[in-house]
Amino acid sequence: MKLKQLEGLLGGLDQFPNPKVELEQYPTGPHIASRMLFTAENSFEDISNKVVADFGCGCGTLGVAAALLTLIRHVLSIDIDPESLEIASLNAEELEVDMDFIQSNVMDLRWRGSTSLEVKYGILHLLNGDIWGQVYTIFLVHTLGQIVDTVIMNPPFGTRKKGADLDFLNVALKVASQAVYSLHKSSTREHVKRTALRDFNACNAEVLCELRYDLPKLYKFHKKKEVDIAVDLWRFVPGKHQS
Amino acid sequence: MRLLTHNMLSSNIKGVEKGFPLRIEAEKVVEKPVEMNADFLRKMFEKVEWKAFVEASRSMGYAQLPEEVDSGMLESDEFLSRFHHALLELHLEEGALVCPETGRRFPVNKGIPNMLLHEDEV
Repeated sequence: MKLKQLEGLLGGLDQFPNPKVELEQYPTGPHIASRMLFTAENSFEDISNKVVADFGCGCGTLGVAAALLTLIRHVLSIDIDPESLEIASLNAEELEVDMDFIQSNVMDLRWRGSTSLEVKYGILHLLNGDIWGQVYTIFLVHTLGQIVDTVIMNPPFGTRKKGADLDFLNVALKVASQAVYSLHKSSTREHVKRTALRDFNACNAEVLCELRYDLPKLYKFHKKKEVDIAVDLWRFVPGKHQS
Repeated sequence: MRLLTHNMLSSNIKGVEKGFPLRIEAEKVVEKPVEMNADFLRKMFEKVEWKAFVEASRSMGYAQLPEEVDSGMLESDEFLSRFHHALLELHLEEGALVCPETGRRFPVNKGIPNMLLHEDEV
């Protein structure tokens, strides 16, 4: 699928009719969404043959974009707001893409294998204090695959709930095994990079490009008719997961 | 919600030690055919917790999966097509996911499970 075609399809999606300011609900425009997913797939092969999770999916734009780009993937979109999920579900149906949705707080969701060590074909007994038990444990932690390969997201910027952008990044880096694609205000670039590498155990943090995020006047408190925010499209690589 | 998704989720209630797998209460299951891709299935095979997957597919009314598997079975078209069907074509539209430890029900409506926790469960 060509970039322009993807962008065109995404332009037809329904968006928030009554956005909730406390959740920082802003639609991810087709320009940004198409570029984000196109790059993820064509430059990094992070979508085909992968399990892809959209954290804070809103009306579903990013997940739908991933689902449109290739048929060979599993897309799972998560949001806390049932009304958005309803719209996202209809958007997916409209464009005839199959994807799953979950209503949840991204911070609270627990994934299989994230806290306990479960071996595929048996049960592991942790032998406390036994050196061989510990060696075996470490071996298993590294051989168990993380289930989600790629996380894609347009997280809240943290204007309502301070630090929300980094909270999302933190959990994304814990869940993804291969890559995290995310959008953050360009003004926070150094802080995001430092936090990702130093505190969130990312082994790589790269700004793929800077984009303009057109925010139309959605809320009453917006003074200008339209505002342009510089955002960075990031690709993070999680460090080795340890338990 | 498909079984591939169900296979990834654990109960997230505070204090629960073994929240996987969530038990399925199926009230409405819908079959939606999708094109099969063998390479993708082989990749997903590495990720799937098989015992929970077989149990879950039974709850959805499908009992054609072998109890035990090995990667050699991936060469069989018959196996691949059953695996594909159960993993990606069966949708839980209405019902619930139940925490195996506490019995707490997470309702599923229009194919979407609600995993939101109450205040005392966080």
